[in-house]
Amino acid sequence: MPSRSPLRVVLAEDSVLLREGLVGVLTRFGHETVAAVGDADALRDAVSAYEPDVVVTDVRMPPGFQDEGLRAAVELRAVRPRLPVLVLSQYVQRAYAAELLDTGDGTGVGYLLKDRVGQVEQFVEALTRVAQGGTVVDPEVVRQLLRRRRDPLAQLTPREREVLALVAEGKSNAAIAHDLVVSEAAVGKHIGNILGKLDLPPADGTHRRVLAVLAYLRA
Amino acid sequence: MPTTTTTSTTRWPRPHLTAPCRSIAYLATGALLGLTVLLIGTVLVTLSGLLVIVLVGIPLLAALTLSGIPLAALERRRLRLLKPAETPAPTPHRTPESPGVAAWFRLRLREQATWRELAYTVLLALVLWPLDLLVVACAFALPALLIAAPAHLAVAGSGGIRPAKLWLVDGYPAATATALLGLVLLLVLLLPLVAYAAARAAFTRLLLAPRESELADSLAEVTRSRARLVDAFEAERRRIERDLHDGAQQRLVALTMSLGLARLDAAGIPEGPVARRLADALATAHAEADGALTELRELIRGIHPQVLADYGLTAAIEDAADRSTVPVDIEYAELPRLPEPVESAGYFAVREALTNIDRHSGAREARITAAHTRGALRIDVRDDGRGGADPGRGTGLTGLADRLAVLDGRLTVTSPPGGPTVLSVEIPCQAEAR
Repeated sequence: MPSRSPLRVVLAEDSVLLREGLVGVLTRFGHETVAAVGDADALRDAVSAYEPDVVVTDVRMPPGFQDEGLRAAVELRAVRPRLPVLVLSQYVQRAYAAELLDTGDGTGVGYLLKDRVGQVEQFVEALTRVAQGGTVVDPEVVRQLLRRRRDPLAQLTPREREVLALVAEGKSNAAIAHDLVVSEAAVGKHIGNILGKLDLPPADGTHRRVLAVLAYLRA
Repeated sequence: MPTTTTTSTTRWPRPHLTAPCRSIAYLATGALLGLTVLLIGTVLVTLSGLLVIVLVGIPLLAALTLSGIPLAALERRRLRLLKPAETPAPTPHRTPESPGVAAWFRLRLREQATWRELAYTVLLALVLWPLDLLVVACAFALPALLIAAPAHLAVAGSGGIRPAKLWLVDGYPAATATALLGLVLLLVLLLPLVAYAAARAAFTRLLLAPRESELADSLAEVTRSRARLVDAFEAERRRIERDLHDGAQQRLVALTMSLGLARLDAAGIPEGPVARRLADALATAHAEADGALTELRELIRGIHPQVLADYGLTAAIEDAADRSTVPVDIEYAELPRLPEPVESAGYFAVREALTNIDRHSGAREARITAAHTRGALRIDVRDDGRGGADPGRGTGLTGLADRLAVLDGRLTVTSPPGGPTVLSVEIPCQAEAR
């Protein structure tokens, strides 16, 4: 992964400890942190000043310690729909993920549990995927959603749900095929079925995948 | 039971042996107490009157105005001499809102009850105790003297006696007749004595027991203080959540990050037993730290869900449903933002219901219905489990009922054996613009 082109990252995290740690991790993987800030206003300024490749932000930040970071991310995406944003959350909450995915066309966004940064390789991989326009939803959100009975998804077979969960995590057909130990064609067939059952008519391929994930989140 | 107390004090006393004894005890101690109050009161009033000249008397006089308070407390207790089975009359006084002697004085001087008690004290010292004494003397002492005539005669010997200075008794036949007369008199006079004692107690109660408005005041006060407790508890939850989040959680995340980087570095060490041991140790440490983080995350969520503050009850209920191991269907019209304590109570009600369903019900699915209509939030949580839930047993449900009571809310649990169990919560509240 360090072989990929280095990213210019703006980082917003109020805890100095974590901020330094994240900068360390990014540096280790060859990415450049152009600005590391501690609150939502500074994040907005830094994005204007540096026009980064990707933004990483905490949800909860000063002054209110509510969802300032998420709000700032949503606002930034409203002005720059193509700006990749990865949001780190203290705990997984569908409401936060759904709000974030509603911005732009739902591509180039990620919503991860803060704990995931400990799995440094996975974290940096997710960041790279988001920077490339992918969508990453924390597996925990997906797992919770699978637990609930929701009508649009009730018609999916267990295997199709499994595939949809992996799609929501931002994986490509090849990666899903690898994970499930099936052929890529089989994955394609499953995805076709999912899109059919969720009533998403054929259109631009990547887009429909995001819509499927959104259907999943909003159901 | 208030109805029985009022009727029993006004009802004509039943002829019963303990009633006269109690009445006599009540009136006799009353007379004694009244006399004592008169003596001490006279001394104190005179003293403070004299000391007013050197200003020391002013606070003493002020203190005397409050002297009814301890006396009234004693009088309320003394009522039990008459009816020990009855619950003692409660104090009509309120608890000061702030601690300190000054606050106590201010409150007492403002209360009507204080002045009623002072009036009672004056009345006791000047009117009531001589009256008590007179009644006891007439109804008890006079017959007693007559009954004692034979004994008296035996002690006095020859020459005869004059019981109660009424007539001359100079022989045992006359003495026996007098004693019999005394006995009859006693039986006849005991009835008015008991009646007087009852009337006297009723009068005391009238002045010293709390009035309707005072009872309502103290009830409102209890509700207020309970609301304060719930608020304080809620604030404390938030503080703990913030502390855990800003402290322990951040450190643990930083730790897992360091461990993750260390594992990357360790992977770069040339193969060998040491390298393998190091890699294993780091992997174990990493997994442990991850486990600790997961537990901490669940703990923080249990303390106070952030999503409730950020997105309101709808999102928080969905979140709780997502977490349930039993599949949950939610059916509701989008709820408006409601006052914070209402949202919080509603959320914890859902959580409590879902926890019970997960743990005890054996249900296959659950259904949450929530709506805000006609100025009230109503949430029903129904499951298809085995039923038989006992709301009296679970501490969680009791806590929930208390929490709802503060908001004038209601908790109903119906759970016939075999199910279904339905937990309903209703809280009156208005939507809030937020």
